[in-house]
Amino acid sequence: MAWTWFHRLASPPHVYRVARRLTPWLAWPAAVLIIAGLIGGLVLAPPDYQQGDGYRIIYVHAPSAWMSLLVYATMAVAAGIGLIWRMKVAHAVAAASAPIGASFTFAALVTGSLWGAPMWGTYWQWDPRLTSELILLFLYLGYMGLRSAFDDLQRADRVSAVLAVVGVVNVPIIHYSVVWWNSLHQPPSLMYLGKPTMPPSMFVPLLVMLVGFTLFYGALLLVRLRGEVLSRERAASWVREAVRP
Amino acid sequence: MPDSGAVTSPLRPAFSTAGDAAGAAVSAVGAARLVLARDLKLAFRKRSQLVQPLAFFAIVTTLFPLGVSPELPRLRPMAAGVLWAAALLASLLALELLFRDDAQDGTLEQYALSGRSLTWLLAAKTAAHWLLTGLPLALMAPLAGIALGAPGAAVPGIVVSVAVGTVALSLIGSIGAALTLGVRRSGALLSLLTLPLDIPVLIFGARATELAISGEAYGVPLQLLAALAVLGLTLAPLAAAAAVRINLE
Amino acid sequence: MARAKKGVMSDLCLKGENVHLWRGDHHVLRGVRFQVGAGECLQLTGANGTGKTTLLRTACGLAYPEGGEITWCGQNIRADLSAFHAQLAYLGHEPPLKAELTARENLEYWVGVRRRLDRHELDAALARVGADHWADRPVRTLSAGQKRRAALAGLTLMRAPLWLLDEPTTNLDAEGQKLVGALIDEHVQAGGVALAAVHHELAVSAGRALRRMELTFA
Repeated sequence: MAWTWFHRLASPPHVYRVARRLTPWLAWPAAVLIIAGLIGGLVLAPPDYQQGDGYRIIYVHAPSAWMSLLVYATMAVAAGIGLIWRMKVAHAVAAASAPIGASFTFAALVTGSLWGAPMWGTYWQWDPRLTSELILLFLYLGYMGLRSAFDDLQRADRVSAVLAVVGVVNVPIIHYSVVWWNSLHQPPSLMYLGKPTMPPSMFVPLLVMLVGFTLFYGALLLVRLRGEVLSRERAASWVREAVRP
Repeated sequence: MPDSGAVTSPLRPAFSTAGDAAGAAVSAVGAARLVLARDLKLAFRKRSQLVQPLAFFAIVTTLFPLGVSPELPRLRPMAAGVLWAAALLASLLALELLFRDDAQDGTLEQYALSGRSLTWLLAAKTAAHWLLTGLPLALMAPLAGIALGAPGAAVPGIVVSVAVGTVALSLIGSIGAALTLGVRRSGALLSLLTLPLDIPVLIFGARATELAISGEAYGVPLQLLAALAVLGLTLAPLAAAAAVRINLE
Repeated sequence: MARAKKGVMSDLCLKGENVHLWRGDHHVLRGVRFQVGAGECLQLTGANGTGKTTLLRTACGLAYPEGGEITWCGQNIRADLSAFHAQLAYLGHEPPLKAELTARENLEYWVGVRRRLDRHELDAALARVGADHWADRPVRTLSAGQKRRAALAGLTLMRAPLWLLDEPTTNLDAEGQKLVGALIDEHVQAGGVALAAVHHELAVSAGRALRRMELTFA
């Protein structure tokens, strides 16, 4: 009994239909939360006593960084499921997530750089967080590059799944080693706001943005997943029905 | 009627029947040792190939004084980093030797069909690879270190840190090499896949070498490096075997 | 020791049931069914691209079918793939020989990973395929036919009950093709199982034991 939903999840036409219905349920709340978070963070929250208004970019930077990791983990889990249980849809989820994750990583890097610029005087410092994000970006690019190196889609799926699993094991190791490396040299770092704890008026909008970004990823994933599934199953008969105008 | 006696002539092949692992007289370790021996023998017959990564290492190291400054006092602070960057790149170059040949002539396929654990056999191949590329690199590294201003007393520290580090690099590299088995002109892709995973090795290794060069105790980063090597030893051959099987499908 | 198992010999049987396999959008194997038992040789024929190699590789366990199953002695091969491989000898398109080693060394390493080889067996197998003169020369100096013969020597040395052969007569002259036929004959008469993908008929004499199956495009 418990397995039927699992196996239905593996059926592409089922996933396509469910994804279509579920998307607005994620997209609208995401939009509302993001707008609310932006208003809360950019307008309502008080200025930081040390950084003034410059810190406000955290409301985009922190959720982006958080998502870059969450998406990688999701990608790796989906790839692992696809590898072990040979579910094509799981591989489609991983494939659809990768560019989204890479974009979040890039956004985290850009916003991080913009955040630090007024304080550092330069647009880049080898801050542990930024360095880790940069390495994560390389991991994403490696994954996408490996995928595109194979003509046979099934092989591309399975080989890149092994890479994703190996990568996810390495992410904590890489992060720890970068933090260790950084602590040896004490360069200027950002990401630490004046007070040790944030007041709720600053913290709540951050939380709202985090949830909003997560829902946004969900909605975007579903949209891309539908495209992936259609493309992979294009030879199947249900696809003709589904794309009928 | 099959012969069960010890003397078997090719005209009457004797084989064990269903359920009996065909002549399991070779243990997993024995098979691994055989694979190791074969790879070493093959490499010695094509010795010129082994020199290339070392020459590459020497050339890359030379680029830095040429590009920065000939003054040793200016080079010494960067010596560890330069040495390690060069070692990483040289080990990447050497990865070509690991699986490519065997994949092309069907030997890897036979290993997958041998009834032996592919993980063990690939671990043996990686061990051979380290003996042929990593260890020589570790022995050559002090020369590069001295050329960049390291004192003679730093030599043991440099050798040990690079030796342990290259073990981890060979193991991590074996994953990338297994993943890109079927890809033509995989050099750039292999680098993109392997180098981010190599970064922790670089960080701990360079720190150990740096401390060795400045005469301080390098035990802590060396232990972290050894931990990475051990982790690689347990996980990398598994991942490589999975990747090889997928590429053989 | 093998005597005790003799009674079980007739259970040796490789069976494929309703095997389906896709390569991308291409449905290569569509519900293929086959069965080869002890003392039988099944020849797979068919034009290029009909999936002979794919079927062999699926029977080996290298390729994973989307539907159907392969069984050996009544058990699905996936249940214990290593044990199945230990009883299987596979020869693909290319003879798995390293160019820098001699034929003899190649066989020592290739078969040695699976079972302990002794000198006499090795010498006898090489003599059987006519390798006396060139067994100790590096493989890169050998002709394609000689390499194929060396691979056949390896095949006999594996002592495996099941032989899966992909075009075993490639690059062989008429003598060589007779040799392949004789080797398969002996193997099959000793109770072994053979499945071979071929372009031309094998020169196998065991008439009753020789069956054919053709793969076609649907």
